[in-house]
Amino acid sequence: MSERGEIRLVQGNEACAEAALAAGVRFFAGYPITPSSEIAEIMAVRLPQLGGKFIQMEDEIASMAATIGASLAGVKAMTATSGPGFSLKQENIGYAALAEIPCVVVNVQRIGPSTGMPTSPSQGDVMQSRWGTHGDHPVVVFCPWSVREVYDLTVHSVNVAERLRMPVILLMDEVVAHMREKIEIPPQVETVDRPRPSGDRQDYLPYDDSSDVPPMAAFGDGYRFHVTGLYHGPSGFPTTDPEVADRLIRRLCGKVQRRRQQLALTSAHLVDDAEVLVVAYGAAARSALRAVREARSEGVRAGLLKISTIWPFPQEVLLSLAARVRRVVVVEMNLGQLVLEVERVLKGRAPVQHVGRVDGELVTPEEIRAALEGV
Amino acid sequence: MKGRVEIRIAGEGGQGVILAGIILAEAAAVWQGLNATQSQSYGPESRGGASRAEVIIDEEEIDYPRVRQPHVLLALSQEALDKYLPDVRDGGVVIVDQDRVVPPACPRRRLIEAPITRLAREKLGRAIVANMVALGVLARVSGVVTLEALRSAVAHRAPSGTEEVNLRALELGYHAPVREVSD
Repeated sequence: MSERGEIRLVQGNEACAEAALAAGVRFFAGYPITPSSEIAEIMAVRLPQLGGKFIQMEDEIASMAATIGASLAGVKAMTATSGPGFSLKQENIGYAALAEIPCVVVNVQRIGPSTGMPTSPSQGDVMQSRWGTHGDHPVVVFCPWSVREVYDLTVHSVNVAERLRMPVILLMDEVVAHMREKIEIPPQVETVDRPRPSGDRQDYLPYDDSSDVPPMAAFGDGYRFHVTGLYHGPSGFPTTDPEVADRLIRRLCGKVQRRRQQLALTSAHLVDDAEVLVVAYGAAARSALRAVREARSEGVRAGLLKISTIWPFPQEVLLSLAARVRRVVVVEMNLGQLVLEVERVLKGRAPVQHVGRVDGELVTPEEIRAALEGV
Repeated sequence: MKGRVEIRIAGEGGQGVILAGIILAEAAAVWQGLNATQSQSYGPESRGGASRAEVIIDEEEIDYPRVRQPHVLLALSQEALDKYLPDVRDGGVVIVDQDRVVPPACPRRRLIEAPITRLAREKLGRAIVANMVALGVLARVSGVVTLEALRSAVAHRAPSGTEEVNLRALELGYHAPVREVSD
């Protein structure tokens, strides 16, 4: 018999912090920034109660570095930021990707570029979350549309980071981060721990590529330890050998590529007889679902594909749904980011229209209905 | 009320508008088994600027989380009333503090006046609990949540040590003399 959870009215940022703790995060380094600050505030109170550590660093670069350091020492670690702070974290996100250091980076998007409008929502960091750090690298980015999903995807982000030994990005928007909704907080959640070495210490190779996710010793466990942002072979020491380099980067990117379909989380709403498919994510998908329902009451057969995994992009799901509709409308609070991915995948199979908004307000159902019912 | 109900609470910073919104949402969602979504916006100053909380209550899952045409507007300042009255839907309820607001003509809506701040000040000696008095008025006039659910939410959410005065304020509002102004 499963135990009932506690029913609470919680804010998106609060759900994120509580979920991270439930998933086993015991280290948070951050530099508070609107609209993500509540995450740091709650972690500062809660982590010491659980034997964890909270550090407010001097800036976002250092926060990312501290998060990586804690994870190397064997602790599940997270940081949270917004807008300009996410830009500052990029170099170290690349370091974590190359050195295969599990961690979760929460980015509560606010409108930019630069300091923009601190309390205003946006979804302008979609491409930055994919390509913000330089070089080919694996990326997993989740995007919640409700407080319930904030909780679930935060737990999932921690678990995927641990399972695949990589940074995972939770890309929220201000609307979802600051709204309060009812959720049942489960008494416990499924957790995943990074693979650990079990063999003889003498034989341990920190980047043993006989599996695509090598077991990871914590600093201080007694295993040989060398971590670098330089390309490296199985021993962890730097190399310029083209064959080793190629194998490394293909393995890193392959970790995500091979699991693309299981990582791709989506939900389809009212799509069975749909002639026009709306594709949306985050808070914009809430507006889109309203628009779809209202358009249906006017006789327009609309449906919604809500995307929860932005990267890797859920292309198989999109292809199979788009094959059944006349046209596709992509709704996002930017001037056209994920729409590029939709167009890439559809390759002209269906006309694609973009509804974008960049004035710091949540896109409205009316704007979306105009696209659904127009033409 | 059945179906989706949109409520906007607006006033000045420092009037407890946001806490009122949170308590209303919690009453509906946690203590009355409905769904609720609460959001807020602040003016540039924490005190004296415009402050607004929005609550949507529904038996069904809530999609769009913003208020479009409120069924209920609780306006605690003249500025808030002037700004948000035009959005209120036909047949909607507009609740104002009669001592703070000179209500304009309000055709096709029910305008409810109550001495909200005065009751808080004269009966409890604490103008700061006017937000709870207002919630009591709102519950009785609109029926969107029960007094019982609000009591539970206040007991749970009010800052520690202020539960009792806030609960008394709530009761005071629920039983307040209200005046329905018709055109």
